[in-house]
Amino acid sequence: MRYQTDRQRVEGLGSAKDGTVEWWKQRVAAVALLPLVFLFIFPLLRAIGSDFDEVRAIYEHPFNAIIAILFFITIMSHLRQGLQEVIVDYVHGKAAMTTALLVNTMFTTLIGVTGVFSVAKIAFGG
Amino acid sequence: MADVNRGKRPLSPHLSIYRPLWTMILSITHRITGVGLAVSITMITWWFLALAISEEYFEYANAAMTSVVGGFILIASLWALAFHFCNGIRHLFWDAGKGLDLETAYRSGLAVMAGSVVLTVIGVLVVAGVF
Repeated sequence: MRYQTDRQRVEGLGSAKDGTVEWWKQRVAAVALLPLVFLFIFPLLRAIGSDFDEVRAIYEHPFNAIIAILFFITIMSHLRQGLQEVIVDYVHGKAAMTTALLVNTMFTTLIGVTGVFSVAKIAFGG
Repeated sequence: MADVNRGKRPLSPHLSIYRPLWTMILSITHRITGVGLAVSITMITWWFLALAISEEYFEYANAAMTSVVGGFILIASLWALAFHFCNGIRHLFWDAGKGLDLETAYRSGLAVMAGSVVLTVIGVLVVAGVF
């Protein structure tokens, strides 16, 4: 026999109240990625197999550099939200889930910042 | 406190007892390709970082990317991207409330699978310098 009241058991649980915003942001990033992924992948596919100077020349071009930076910024949020959905579904236990979500945010931010910084450095001729 | 069984009731949806359906397979493939693409983007980001660091380091990263194993991963990534892209469009149509009936969902699934193969072949041809 437990003496905990039903009220006490459920308090603080339930909806996080910002699910719709997360859902909508995921779709905004998805729509933005439709053109971006095409514009990003074609120069990239051409670059694979080329030598250092040729690849540098591709990403020194403002168009390719801007597209690549937009791609990395957009993928950073789309990837974080997508992986978060998977973690929330499959990782159980508060400690494990919190750790996984923290690692996810750090990992996706690292990817985004590294990508943006690298492309910017190349484009600015550094 | 009548509800003594609280928290111990069986949980739905018992996925493993269902016969796998075409739409189920596509649904889980969307997730698997999404997670797989996290690995791909990590490789690509490393390659960009190498390009920003030095010619020597780029040669090292580029050699890894164009090795047999690297090439296999890249082609697999290309298909994963093509699938996730096509099926993502399918999901956006569903989000708009279109194509949700069973027959359309099955047929759009077929279109996604066919489209992903076509896009992968085009991608490989671009790498090979055909386009």
